[in-house]
Amino acid sequence: MLSYDAINVGDELPSREHTANIVQLFMYNAAIWNPHRIHFDHAYATEEEGYPGIVLDGPLQGDWIGQVVTDWIGEDATLVSFGYTNRRAAMLGETMTAGGKVEEKNDANKEVKVSLYLKNAEGEVTIPGHALVRFA
Amino acid sequence: MAELLTPELKACIGQASPSIHVEVTRRDLRKYAVSTGQKAKKYLDGDVAPPLFHFGYAMEILPVDELRKDGIAEDKLIPELPLKRLMAGSSDTVYHRPICAGDKLVVTRKLKDLYEKEGKTGPLIFVVTEIVVETQAGDPVLNETTSLIAR
Repeated sequence: MLSYDAINVGDELPSREHTANIVQLFMYNAAIWNPHRIHFDHAYATEEEGYPGIVLDGPLQGDWIGQVVTDWIGEDATLVSFGYTNRRAAMLGETMTAGGKVEEKNDANKEVKVSLYLKNAEGEVTIPGHALVRFA
Repeated sequence: MAELLTPELKACIGQASPSIHVEVTRRDLRKYAVSTGQKAKKYLDGDVAPPLFHFGYAMEILPVDELRKDGIAEDKLIPELPLKRLMAGSSDTVYHRPICAGDKLVVTRKLKDLYEKEGKTGPLIFVVTEIVVETQAGDPVLNETTSLIAR
């Protein structure tokens, strides 16, 4: 159980690696109803749009950093806000690491602000993010 | 800097897409949870939606022959801009209550702003849209502000 009092500014949130395969990417695009060919048609993505491979959806990677927060708080706090910025595209087959860190605590309303990141294998942050959670 | 955004384009700010009415099914929630690799039981069982589940509700469902060559439907909310290459920018969501299986929701997209900036490689147009999700009774569920960059 995660308690507000036990959290310290600077604490790292548990990180997790994600490597989407073509089946997962297909299911994600089917689930959100996204027919954009760069996400499933290799010839189209590389020859027509000049990408080095099939492109991972930005919001899928955004979801991965969202999971860093939702897995961390479980049922112990509620998500107040969450945001992310697509800084660099990632291709199918890349292993991405999602993680985060506690940035601020607000004792008045028991809110905790965290910064989030998605990094590629080179350690480059491709998607920074942030979230605010509130404890009861 | 040349003005790329004409008064006609600026006049589009504030317009909204027709509202979409959706019934949230456990099956849809489970598909989303599995495809995004969720670990929490409440998501995998389809009780509650993960934070970005609603993104799919902003996708229009159109006949196949109305899609462009790249597979995407033309976005009627965003006017034709003088800069053509659109890049994903940022997304910020404020949550008022979770989305649960069985919810009946109303989803509306709004064009919040259009503005231009001089980037390192030339002019950029920022397109700011908002996805508003409410219950049928009009209670707020979430608001997502997204920004796209045209260059």
